[in-house]
Amino acid sequence: MKNCLRLLLALSLIFFLSLASWGQEFDRRETLVVTGAAWGPPSSWNVLIPNPQMGTGGLVYETLFSYNPLTNEYRPWLAESGQWVSDNEYLVKLRKGIKWSDGVDFTAEDLVFTYELAKNNELPYSPIWKWMRAVVAEDAYTVRFYFREPHYAEWDRELYQRYIIPKHIWSQIPADELLTRANRNPVGTGPYLYHTATQDRMIWVRNDNWWGNEVFGTPKPKYIVDLVNVSNNITLGMLLKGEIDLSNNFIPGIDKVKQAMDLQTWFENEPYMLSWNTAKVYMNTLRKPMDDPKFRRALAFAINQQTIVEKAYGGIVKPANPTGLFGEGWLKYLDEKVVDEYGFYYDPAKARALLDEAGYIDRDGDGWRDQPNGDPIKLEIIVPSGWTDWMEATRCISNDAQAVGINLVPAYLDAALYDNNRFNRNFDMLIGNQQSTLSSSPYTYWNGVINHDIHGKSVTNGNWGCYDNPEVFRLIAEFNITKDENEKMRIASEIQKILLIDMPVIPLWHNGLWAQYTNLNWTNWPSEKNPYGIPVTWGNTYQLGMIDMLINLEPVN
Amino acid sequence: MGRYLSKKILVYLGTFVIAVTINFIIPRLMPGNPIQILLSRFSGMEGGREIIERQLTLLFNLDEPLIVQYFNFWRSVVTGDFGISIMQFPTPVLDIIKRAIIFDLVLLVPAIILGWIVGNKLGAFSGVNKRADNVLMPVFYFLTSSPYFWLAGVVAFFLGVVLDWFPISGAYGVTMVPAFTWKFILDYLKHWVLPFLSIFLVDLGGWAIGMRNMIIYERNANYAKYMEALGASDKLIRNYGFRNGILPQVTGLALRLANIIGGAIAVETVFNYPGLGRIMLNAVLNQDYFLLQGLFLAIVTMTLAANFLVDIVYMFIDPRVRISFSGEV
Repeated sequence: MKNCLRLLLALSLIFFLSLASWGQEFDRRETLVVTGAAWGPPSSWNVLIPNPQMGTGGLVYETLFSYNPLTNEYRPWLAESGQWVSDNEYLVKLRKGIKWSDGVDFTAEDLVFTYELAKNNELPYSPIWKWMRAVVAEDAYTVRFYFREPHYAEWDRELYQRYIIPKHIWSQIPADELLTRANRNPVGTGPYLYHTATQDRMIWVRNDNWWGNEVFGTPKPKYIVDLVNVSNNITLGMLLKGEIDLSNNFIPGIDKVKQAMDLQTWFENEPYMLSWNTAKVYMNTLRKPMDDPKFRRALAFAINQQTIVEKAYGGIVKPANPTGLFGEGWLKYLDEKVVDEYGFYYDPAKARALLDEAGYIDRDGDGWRDQPNGDPIKLEIIVPSGWTDWMEATRCISNDAQAVGINLVPAYLDAALYDNNRFNRNFDMLIGNQQSTLSSSPYTYWNGVINHDIHGKSVTNGNWGCYDNPEVFRLIAEFNITKDENEKMRIASEIQKILLIDMPVIPLWHNGLWAQYTNLNWTNWPSEKNPYGIPVTWGNTYQLGMIDMLINLEPVN
Repeated sequence: MGRYLSKKILVYLGTFVIAVTINFIIPRLMPGNPIQILLSRFSGMEGGREIIERQLTLLFNLDEPLIVQYFNFWRSVVTGDFGISIMQFPTPVLDIIKRAIIFDLVLLVPAIILGWIVGNKLGAFSGVNKRADNVLMPVFYFLTSSPYFWLAGVVAFFLGVVLDWFPISGAYGVTMVPAFTWKFILDYLKHWVLPFLSIFLVDLGGWAIGMRNMIIYERNANYAKYMEALGASDKLIRNYGFRNGILPQVTGLALRLANIIGGAIAVETVFNYPGLGRIMLNAVLNQDYFLLQGLFLAIVTMTLAANFLVDIVYMFIDPRVRISFSGEV
């Protein structure tokens, strides 16, 4: 017994000694605690990989422009200005007086280097060089981009998504380490710096020399503690106790909790959350009967979006527009007339009529509709197991489908298996929200959801159901390279019309920007009534309004 | 003695090789591949996904034939370099394990050892005291049949939420950074209590039941009756009984050590405790082959080492084992 105690003491001593090298406790009044973004311990601060620690992009590295999805406006950030000076030349003037956090001046060289790096190495944004010709620094603060074939829509996104990295540091890194370097303690231009990273949290500390302090204002929290996600009930408990200030987790039943407790969300009432992406039913067009547009369209009329919104979500999401479009940047191109004429809505009678008309009737008397050639229809709709909201949604969908005589049942797969089936055309139907995240141009939605790249070994670019229509593919590509707004409108209407007639996917609801926050430590949160920023900590989103939120928060005394 | 040890070592080596091989194969039988999972939410420039997928596949040597991967894996077992984790790219697997294992040791070693000691003492007490037995037995059965995650939930609810005595998440508070200060140590201990209790209580019940039955059995053995007839004190008889009864309990402890991680996964998940158990769960969900290999090897090594230790201890506490192998008779 005594020996055991001694062992214990020794062990705990070793433990504490091993941690003793650093440490402090932060003043809660100047610390903002957030969660909801990270699913694993902080491990990389390398913005060249697609999923570095959240905040690395935005808090440390910055973009040329920021984008406000609420107003669909670009704001010059690292850039002072930027515009197309001819059909294939884009001219950027950089702000003067910006410094990297190690004191070196930020100049045009850094911007040029960021792109040149992707030309000479295989990086996720290297494909830009297929349509870009050259990036030239004309003086220390002027950069001219030359394009072979300007992809205007993609470039718009590039402006607020590409984080600029310092030449004097990254030019020292060997080519084979560009992606594998963890880049702990990143040097950026942004308002925060790396402080500490442990198993369950990332801590950022304010950069008091940030150039934006004079331009935009100083962020209020001295520290940002970003906790790795935990279970919903713990998050909720910590939120109510004031241990967490902002949670970007999806918490089922938040509508009820909000009323009972003092929690704030974007909207005071339904739908509570801003929309962030579109959940859709993908149908495998390589299998019967989903290869038949008439069947797909009939199914769209059979599904009641409102039931899903209420039953699966308790009203915290919005039913989707039949085109799948949402957000100011996309809705600009929404053609109401096309939607009125071709859009679907919940009407089981019409769904039955469409199915009858197309020859999907019950031929063997088992109560389910069969294919025109007499083969029975037996379909599955898959979602990842454990995604309770999506699981509930598939139950609603299969009930609706069964009500019109389609034998459709839900199946819940391990997330890895779901992904695997999704990439390998191995499903009848599935729910997915990939490639439909809020952006400045509907091009990203169309190019993601109905991507032309479907003939490879596996499908990885978004068109899971392999909907094959070269005409739409051409239109989407054309939208990308068109500058004239009227022409863009025309193309957009055309695309919407084809998609509503062909129904390769059925847009059902818009998943929200889940955000619930408390006023226990910080106040003046952005909301519907005070939409000065966006409370989002997810990856690569800080430049969408999160920095504004940090500047405008007010500590509670 | 030498024969005993060399035989044991041989058995352990065999077990090790088989366990390591199984650990190599199982994750690779799962559908999908870890790179796809890592990139399943990729959204970026068109064509970018293919580039990064290609680079990572090359980096992790996942394009090589399985047999080559297998031999690479054995090389990593020997050199101790398990490569880098896919899930926590690009952190070396060894770093992840080192960081987490400290939390496990401080939580599990006391919980298991104290559970064993207290369980045995209580069991022995219950075995000789009828009245106490009537009260304690149902409690023991209740504890030992509780699943870890359930008891953890109960403990968290009553002590954490209702009474609000202890925090229910993490290994230390949200505004804390690990430091060698009283403030941090106290905060750490406060977070340590509930997970500790969850494991300690469940274990305690099982040990107590085993010990109680052994004591009752021993008290009816001939030697105990004989001692009683000679007029030996109750305490003396109980002590003799305890020495005999402890033997199967030591074996049980060895077996229990093998289950450490199972219990730890449940408890660490409930309390969001940053130990190996939770990392293991995430590694499985993300099919992180390399992290799984490293974790599993660490677990196998620890389990085998613990069992080996118990085998040696056995030699000392049970003269029969010692004698049978050293040929003293």
